[in-house]
Amino acid sequence: MSPLTAILVRDLRIAMRVGGGALMGVLFFLVVVTLTPMALGPDLTLLQRIGPAILWLAALLASLLALDRLFAADHKDGSLDLILLGRAPLELVVAVKALAHWLTTGVPLIIAAPLIGLLLNLDAGAEAALVLTFLVGTPALTFIGLIGAAIAVTLRRGGLLLAVLVLPLAVPVLIFGVAAANAAVAGPVPFGTPFTILCGLTLASLVVGPFAAATALRQEIE
Amino acid sequence: MAIADLANPTRFLKFANRTIPWLGGLTLVLFAFAINQAISAPDDYQQGAAVKIMFLHVPGAWLGMLGWGVMTVAALGTLVWRHPLADVTAKATAPIGAGFTLMCLVTGSLWGRPMWGTYWVWDARLTSVLVLFLLYLGVIALWRTVDDPARAARAAAILTLVGALDLPIIKFSVDWWNTLHQPASVFRLGAPTIDASILIPLLISALAFTLLFAVLLLAAMRNEILRRRVRTLRLLQASTAG
Amino acid sequence: MEAASHTTFIVAAYAAAGAVVGALVAWIVVDYRAQLRALAGLEKLGIARRSGLAAQTREKA
Repeated sequence: MSPLTAILVRDLRIAMRVGGGALMGVLFFLVVVTLTPMALGPDLTLLQRIGPAILWLAALLASLLALDRLFAADHKDGSLDLILLGRAPLELVVAVKALAHWLTTGVPLIIAAPLIGLLLNLDAGAEAALVLTFLVGTPALTFIGLIGAAIAVTLRRGGLLLAVLVLPLAVPVLIFGVAAANAAVAGPVPFGTPFTILCGLTLASLVVGPFAAATALRQEIE
Repeated sequence: MAIADLANPTRFLKFANRTIPWLGGLTLVLFAFAINQAISAPDDYQQGAAVKIMFLHVPGAWLGMLGWGVMTVAALGTLVWRHPLADVTAKATAPIGAGFTLMCLVTGSLWGRPMWGTYWVWDARLTSVLVLFLLYLGVIALWRTVDDPARAARAAAILTLVGALDLPIIKFSVDWWNTLHQPASVFRLGAPTIDASILIPLLISALAFTLLFAVLLLAAMRNEILRRRVRTLRLLQASTAG
Repeated sequence: MEAASHTTFIVAAYAAAGAVVGALVAWIVVDYRAQLRALAGLEKLGIARRSGLAAQTREKA
């Protein structure tokens, strides 16, 4: 088994175990969506109109909260130092860890989104568009979050700093994700325009994320 | 053998091994009867055959609430009496109660769409049952996050006791607030307001589901006791190795 | 409202209930087997509970 596959399998296993926090993201997602009508009132027409935006915000926050799973535990028990000393390129290792993170945090969000969209009275077209934007957008959230997680890894109370670092970087993904989801339902802009930009953002993050994160890790862990 | 004897996990295992097979068989028989009753029950003059979703939805609601009730009693057992089997009961009940609550939400949603035009509405009863579901998921997450079973049990017990406040809210929500959901028609002062031709199949279905709950709970408790034994042995193995 | 058009929802509701119950049963059965396997594996390695160890010691003596 190549070292990269080994890391992937290890991260997946740890995430699924006790204390791993794999499905916590979906639970938080559901909680945030449940809270919104309590704040906004039960008007189903209003909820339907802002539904995609609520779901995207909830997904962004849920991804954010799960980010410290990426490096914190490994840093604490020393595995991160071993990884840095290893032969596998750090950029690839970091990308693989992000992949494992997305599989256990992002994919459950994609699966849960249409069901939870029902709570906000979304119709079939809006649901389909939303799932597509999640499918393309959640990897971007993970790979952008990678950067913040790497920068904040050595800080003990880095939780809020991590959020402050990642949120501005994630804003374009949020804007175009919501724009695409809304465009499919209403508005003069066709779905394809913001969606293609979203795809571009994700592809860029797949490259920039690991490189920036690897550089940050090398700096932090001298 | 008194109930108190069951407090010993080994005796409980023996009890479970003896009871689960025949209780499971009885449950299957009762379900067969319940399905037969459901099929032969008349269609509602307003709702047509869709009223038969009630035979799933209402037992789901009752068992979702019963599950949290069982967990509440178990929580008291953990915190007040330190009863050995209380922890096991609490942990085993959570996924089962969550499952029935989910069944209640989903069947209710599928019933609501053709009847009242929407999969969901944020009224008092639906929201409080959804909150119950979230509480279930939260307590399950808590069990899975804390390593030490004893500490997890105490944390879960406290959360369970606080969450029990949701149960009266669910029950009386249809009375306290104006709501889309049907007001109480079975458990209320005075006679039930449902006609016997629908009430009987409903009660039989509820009985079948309750027996199912009991069987699942016994089996899950058995699993949990075995899991704790495995953990103890593994700790023993780790401490004597090398 | 047409009773016929409701059939999809009725079937879906019963299917959903079956799926939830099935998932619970499956989880319990799989977990049961996993625990029995783990116990058997540990027993093979000679790790036993205090009551089992006492019996073993008595046998050897």
